[in-house]
Amino acid sequence: MNRYPLWKSLLFAGVMVLALFLALPNVFGSAPALQLSRKDGELFVGAGAVQPFTDLLAREHVTADAAFVENGRIVLRFGDVPAQLKARDLIESSSPGSYAIATTFASRAPAWARAVGLKPMSLGLDLRGGIYLVYEVDVDGAVKQTLQRLERDYRLALREKRIQYESVEGGNGTVTVTLKDTTRLDDARAALAAVDTNVTLATAPVEGGAQLRASLSDAQIKERQNFAIQQNITALGNRVNALGVSEASVQRQGANRIAVQLPGVQDASEVIRLLGKTATLEFRLVDQGNNPIEAQQSGHAPLGTKLYKDRSGRPVLLKREVIVTGEQLTNATSMFQQGEPAVSVNLDAHGGDEMLRTTRENLGKPMAVVFIERERQLREQDGQKVAVDVNREEVISVATIRGVFSNQFQITGLTSREGQELAKLLRAGALAAPVYIVEQRLIGPSLGQDNIDKGVRALVIGSIALFVFMALYYSAFGLVANTVLICNVVLLTACLSLFGAALTLPGIAGIMLTVGMAVDANILIYERIREEVRNGNSPHAAIKAGFEKAFSAIADANVTTLIAGVVLFLFGTGPIKGFAVVLSVGILTTLFTALMGSRTIIGLIWGRQGAITRLPV
Amino acid sequence: MEFFHSIPRFRFMAMRRICYLISTIVIVGSLVAEGYHGLNLAVDFTGGVVVEASYTGTADLDRTRAALRTAGYTDIAVQNFGSSKDVLVRLPPLGEKESASAVTQKIDAALKTVDPGAQIRRTEVVGPQVGKELVVKGIEAMAITVLLILVYIAFRFRWKFGVGAVLATLHDPFVVIGVFALTGMTFDLAVLAAVLAVIGYSINETVVVFDRVRELFPTMRKAEPIEVFDRAINETLSRTVITKVATLIVVVALYLFGGEALRGFGLALIVGILAVTYSSMYVASGVALDLGSSHRDLMPSERRGPVDDLP
Repeated sequence: MNRYPLWKSLLFAGVMVLALFLALPNVFGSAPALQLSRKDGELFVGAGAVQPFTDLLAREHVTADAAFVENGRIVLRFGDVPAQLKARDLIESSSPGSYAIATTFASRAPAWARAVGLKPMSLGLDLRGGIYLVYEVDVDGAVKQTLQRLERDYRLALREKRIQYESVEGGNGTVTVTLKDTTRLDDARAALAAVDTNVTLATAPVEGGAQLRASLSDAQIKERQNFAIQQNITALGNRVNALGVSEASVQRQGANRIAVQLPGVQDASEVIRLLGKTATLEFRLVDQGNNPIEAQQSGHAPLGTKLYKDRSGRPVLLKREVIVTGEQLTNATSMFQQGEPAVSVNLDAHGGDEMLRTTRENLGKPMAVVFIERERQLREQDGQKVAVDVNREEVISVATIRGVFSNQFQITGLTSREGQELAKLLRAGALAAPVYIVEQRLIGPSLGQDNIDKGVRALVIGSIALFVFMALYYSAFGLVANTVLICNVVLLTACLSLFGAALTLPGIAGIMLTVGMAVDANILIYERIREEVRNGNSPHAAIKAGFEKAFSAIADANVTTLIAGVVLFLFGTGPIKGFAVVLSVGILTTLFTALMGSRTIIGLIWGRQGAITRLPV
Repeated sequence: MEFFHSIPRFRFMAMRRICYLISTIVIVGSLVAEGYHGLNLAVDFTGGVVVEASYTGTADLDRTRAALRTAGYTDIAVQNFGSSKDVLVRLPPLGEKESASAVTQKIDAALKTVDPGAQIRRTEVVGPQVGKELVVKGIEAMAITVLLILVYIAFRFRWKFGVGAVLATLHDPFVVIGVFALTGMTFDLAVLAAVLAVIGYSINETVVVFDRVRELFPTMRKAEPIEVFDRAINETLSRTVITKVATLIVVVALYLFGGEALRGFGLALIVGILAVTYSSMYVASGVALDLGSSHRDLMPSERRGPVDDLP
């Protein structure tokens, strides 16, 4: 008798049932769809939210195959692209400017699959078309900005203490202060140290005076560089969100790059223009003498004030004078102060002076932060194209001044989520480190479809040819191998769907390579069984020995391939990473199905028979 | 069906010296081909601009070149891609002042003068720095893969086997890269991934033979090591051939039906699998044998202390 332990067979069966369930949504494929999000940042809630849109479309005889709310956005799925585009125009013209409408693909999986959270693999850019951008943050430029700020602050500090200086010069990662009067060297040193305590100061005598050399520590340089990258990720993330593209992503890549993926988007120059916006901040006092609602209704802001809106659209009147701008902000972090969420803000010396003066005179009054996004647009003017800066301004924080402070203070009275959001926006509005586009890829939708069709065709043809070969060569055992291979692909698909991995063209190649290599495990086992039979062992003993003896070869061979897969994953970017994921996960599913699956199936078929005279291997 | 009804008795190891010579010639040949022809590296590595467009009818390459020259691009390469309707335009890396989208728009306009129905299917603009880094990263990835595998094999077997496995493994990418240098096919990111997969696959093969050597040594106490290696290769030969046929079926399907984007990937794997078959038999086993692998190295009963473990 040659039965495989029941619990192992059941485990295999259980895993396969689960895998089938998880892999199922991929069978339905996807269809053109629209994704709607509200431009005011509010979310769509409840199943009823789709009603106005389906009614609108029904009046124009456009039917959506499915309409539902997902993550606060409405998804409308259509049968074909013309219906999708017509629906987009209808919605846009019925309420211009209220919704960000993205054309996308939605899964055709039935509603119950969506309800239990089953999702198909998403398609990578190379399979569905879209734009891929890599920005490089000029981190050296960011460090240079810090040094320039230090230079300005040093001049200010020396002037305030009435210390005469020959020169204050920046360059080569240091700021050098040359003094004529060496008697005041210690005073100068103290004044400079007060500007930024973290900077290292070195003294050196020079002809006719003395020099103080300030240099940033490696940790400071690193912090500044990280700040620059985080700042740009936040800024790019905000703008990508505003585009309303579904499944868009903004990710840090390596030391100083940011990768942006925009599936389904085709107009590269428009996207680059929108992403190239710059942001800054203004700290202003709130005007308490006038009623902002009146000002909004009349459309006239009282003298000396300016009318703004906050994030929820309520009017706010602010004084004209700007206390501090984003250029003077050096850092903003969300933190906890005495158990309360808070945002800690740091300014440079100049900004600190201004803040000190303002807070001294306005204790107990409210102060606001305005976030300004500037976008360069080309406008036609007198027949010529002129670049015009268009600003979008928004009040992101109003807080009461509770003490006199200068270059360091906290904003409190927020929830922890609000604090994090505010800190992010403040950082995004600080003096921006310059970015450049170093890589730009655009894949048209027709090429994406082509890639899917050809990839799938190769997969189907290759697999069928392989199945035929295996069945011919190993007869009944070959059919077992084919069943195991199918189990392997189902399990692999299930794992990739579960991880939310995106399927790319190299990923399809990875699935094929997995299929090709997974056969090897089966072949190792069957060849062993044949050898054992040839050596005169009984069929049952041969099966048992075949699996046992093949195990070490299968394990060692797959571990080494797994090493290659993992290294590929760690070093690769974009499509290579996709390939590496498939290859690595494929090896694990191969080990599971080849060792457990084959044994279970063979046990089921031949395990119950008392004596087998001949093995169909 | 069976290709080998009984265990064959080929004397593989007797030929290993000739095979070293062949391998050396192949590797030197590959290096010469790379030096002489150079690899046709894709923009992924060199930086530059690639535009794939499809015309409504057969693409007129000469008129396309002329149109692009009129648009101000002199250093261009235009070729068919996949079918006679599709063209691939390649430009060197952009200068600092040029914007990627402006360039692709100009190319689009130029192609439309040749055929108003021309459609851009794909554009890729890669900065030269990105490409250079990718080359370094690719080499790093290969080095680390090889090193980790050496450690694993040395741990699972003995260091002599590790050296043999690594030499065999280094051998295979050379063959693949040499073929790409000779044929002038584009070496892109997907091909690099294929080369790394070949490295993994090569080790996979070597391990299967070594595993059998490890198993045979204790049972063949009286035999010379060379006989043990020959026997191991012969005993696994049937599996080697069948596995190769199975994997090749799939990879050839990729090459033939996977479209232009996967053709290079498919070719790299086809060449790689053939090279792997050869190197796992001759290079890996040969080197392990010539380094003096013997019963002492793999006796499971002899559990020796760390001092004796050293060669």
